[in-house]
Amino acid sequence: MTYLAKPKIHHPSLNRNQVGYTRRDYEGTVSTLCAGCGHDSISAAIVQACWELDIEPHRVAKLSGIGCSSKTPTYFLGNSHGFNSVHGRMPSVLTGANLANRELIYMGVSGDGDSASIGLGQFVHSIRRGVNMVYIVENNGVYGLTKGQFSATATKGSKSKRGAFNPDQPIDLVGMALLLRASFVARSFSGDKAQLVPLVKAAIQHRGSAFLDVISPCVAFNNHEGSTKSYDYVREHNAAVNALDFVEGKEEITAQYAPGEVIEVAQHDGSMLRLRKLAADYDPTNRIKVMNYLQERAAAGEVVTGLLYLDPKSTDLHQDINTVDKPLNALGERDLCPGSVALERINAGLR
Amino acid sequence: MKRIEAINDFVVKFANVNGSGSASANTLFARAILRMGVPVSPRNIFPSNIQGLPTWYEVRVTGNGYQGRRGGVDLMVAMNPQTWNEDLKEIEPGGYLFYDSSKPLPKSRFREDVNPIGIPLTEICNATYGDPRQRQLMKNIIYVGALSALLDIDPAEIEKLFSEQYRGKEALLQSNVKALRLGRDYALKNLPCPLGIRVQRSNRVGSKIFIEGNAAAALGAVYGGATVCAWYPITPSSSLAEAFSRYCGRLRVDPADNKHRYAIVQAEDELASIGIAIGAGWNGARAFTATSGPGISLMTEFIGLAYFAEIPVVIIDVQRGGPATGMPTRTQQSDLLACAYASHGDTKHPLLFPEDPTECFHLTVQAFDLADRLQTPVFVMTDLDIGMNQRLSEPLEWDDARTYDRGKVMTYEQLEAGKEFGRYLDVDGDGIPYRTLPGTHPMRGAYFTRGTTKDRYARYSEAGPDYIDNMQRLTRKFETAKSLVPKPVLFPAEKPARFGAIFYGSTSPAMQEALDVLAARGVHINALRVRGFPFQDEIADFVASHPWVFVVEQNRDAQLKTLLVNEAKINASRLISVLHYDGTPITARFIVGEIAQHAGSHTVVPLKRAS
Repeated sequence: MTYLAKPKIHHPSLNRNQVGYTRRDYEGTVSTLCAGCGHDSISAAIVQACWELDIEPHRVAKLSGIGCSSKTPTYFLGNSHGFNSVHGRMPSVLTGANLANRELIYMGVSGDGDSASIGLGQFVHSIRRGVNMVYIVENNGVYGLTKGQFSATATKGSKSKRGAFNPDQPIDLVGMALLLRASFVARSFSGDKAQLVPLVKAAIQHRGSAFLDVISPCVAFNNHEGSTKSYDYVREHNAAVNALDFVEGKEEITAQYAPGEVIEVAQHDGSMLRLRKLAADYDPTNRIKVMNYLQERAAAGEVVTGLLYLDPKSTDLHQDINTVDKPLNALGERDLCPGSVALERINAGLR
Repeated sequence: MKRIEAINDFVVKFANVNGSGSASANTLFARAILRMGVPVSPRNIFPSNIQGLPTWYEVRVTGNGYQGRRGGVDLMVAMNPQTWNEDLKEIEPGGYLFYDSSKPLPKSRFREDVNPIGIPLTEICNATYGDPRQRQLMKNIIYVGALSALLDIDPAEIEKLFSEQYRGKEALLQSNVKALRLGRDYALKNLPCPLGIRVQRSNRVGSKIFIEGNAAAALGAVYGGATVCAWYPITPSSSLAEAFSRYCGRLRVDPADNKHRYAIVQAEDELASIGIAIGAGWNGARAFTATSGPGISLMTEFIGLAYFAEIPVVIIDVQRGGPATGMPTRTQQSDLLACAYASHGDTKHPLLFPEDPTECFHLTVQAFDLADRLQTPVFVMTDLDIGMNQRLSEPLEWDDARTYDRGKVMTYEQLEAGKEFGRYLDVDGDGIPYRTLPGTHPMRGAYFTRGTTKDRYARYSEAGPDYIDNMQRLTRKFETAKSLVPKPVLFPAEKPARFGAIFYGSTSPAMQEALDVLAARGVHINALRVRGFPFQDEIADFVASHPWVFVVEQNRDAQLKTLLVNEAKINASRLISVLHYDGTPITARFIVGEIAQHAGSHTVVPLKRAS
């Protein structure tokens, strides 16, 4: 970490987005994570994505559990409300927050200890409920804050910094998210900003549970030879299925594509995502084929990344339980209290 | 043989098999008596089972209105051969045994001091109905018909209840009326009608309503403005969340587009339930969860977070017998300490103690105001006895001028005007800081909520002085809560009294009755019903003004007493515990017995002379 405070005065020439904010307005306090931590790159990607999407920072609520990853919401969107909750329980707190006010954007940040171990149940159930959120797991295969124990996403047989071998099978969060019918599933690498930023943008725009597994090397405890979550290992085995070149927003389409090179997918609101194919015939809207493909490539030792699955007809929890359009936290006595006449009728029915 | 003779003051107990359809017939029996203007107090005594195990329904016909369980049985409706022997034992000498006489039973199966009333129920059913399920269901209605003749219950009231229940279902209505008359006619012709115990029309019911505490608490949540309910099924609280769902469906659907002004999530467990409620409370919705003891245990980490991060949330604990799985279908008041101090570290939480369904409604409404005002978890401590039994209660009332107290929430305008915001800054001296809701203002009022220690401006801090400053403010806040939770209710004795008694929650009706009985015997007691924690000074003053004070509770370890000694700095040597904890609701007989015994040993004048 750095001990230098961030200057509060912004250079007047800094670019402003359509809602009048500079990129700096999306930053938070100085990170206290280790220098080179993958998580800081993810925070930077979130900052970039929100700035580019012209989101007003205070319209985002950022929630997390406990762990290194869960500390990061302090390091981005300083003008957003944040909630660092209980270990493994971010999904339930986020679900409640989302139910209270459907108008905000909910950014859930978690880690592999938080989501794959202690909070596996909450991860599973928030996804199957289709809570409208961006659920980012900053996945490093290790417990950083408690100094280097294996987490549940560590590959069986991978080696810890102290030389121990992991005896347990890993939990495949992407595979689970697909099984649970998350309507948006992506995997990326904290070291690949070009891939990560558009994925975060698309996830924010998505309605429903958008799950992003971001491999994020732990420079302190899991970046050595024998680890499958190190920078070197991921760079070597990264197999991107597509590149998300365009997320409908303020930017213009500029790239030129050869025929058959591009697949366009519409989101629920008609906004367009343009994916440049990197793996031939990869169709991110066919869930069954996606699951098969991922299993095959994982068996071959690849770390498949990209926008893996998208349901263009996604729904969310609010839609499924038919709540009113107005945020529940904005309803007052007139909307909520049935009054004395109704109560007298209820009394009459109980005699 | 002696016959118990009593008008409007007796206990009928139905011994049935779970899943046999007896519940609706038994409720019908109780409601028919109510419709005659005679108060009843019924209780379900049921196993943790869906079908096959024994279940009982005990109806106390209580002309003078006492709602507590009396104890003892005057008429046993013995419909379950499995429990025949123990059912027989429970009958008071001179009482009555109503049974199915289709198959002759040896004399050894009866008691000499109990009057047998045999009716060939199975025979009548088999002769009338072909379908086995119908035989079983109608058997229940036939015994209600016979009982109406034996106890002088007006059959017109039962038929009226049928016509309300089966409105528009003519065939069902007719078949029920037919079964009722079958039983009634048989009894009139062949049995000694009426018995020594009987019902006489009265006017003691008035405008009272017949409602379960769980339904009343659910209505309290509707009227109190709850919009988010997250819960996990657990006896005896499930019917509360289900009632909330039902009432919301009737009262909270937007007439224009059928959309819901509420969100209910049946969560995956109690951890998620409380997490969802806390997330919603953090974001400004009124949110609650309903659970029971084991759920509280699971929620404790989150409860500590809500205490320390200061998030409003209402937890309705419908208590059952503990510890562990304990007695899931029996009643106790044994979660007081678990709730008062829920979570690790130094924590304290306000508790409310409703005495009956009416208070389940009012205190649930109040709990939402308190949670918002105090920005902390607030517990409504009900129990199975109130929650899952229909109780004759005062009608629910609502003042349309009442508004919700949303507490100290800083608005956009206040932030825009430059009002200073520190999330944990005590600006008014009451220990309660202002909060902001997410999304309020683009540049001001955002803060980071955390379970870790922080300073007055919500910045992470492990500095000792910051920690102590915050903890002391939380103590001040709890002190403020004293003036906000409902005050105790004093029941002064008619004559100067040496003894005091403190009671709370579902003990109330049995206690009221016990006080009357004791007074009639010359034992005068000033009684105080505690309705909330933290305890007001009145409670300590009450104890101080009596040499001895009985503390009546339904748990083994005298949990309220412990809390009183610990929190109200009460001299423990003045307190005498009266503890009932076998899982059945406490009775006036028990309280009278215990208090009379202690009163004797603490009084110089022997009881006999005093009376």
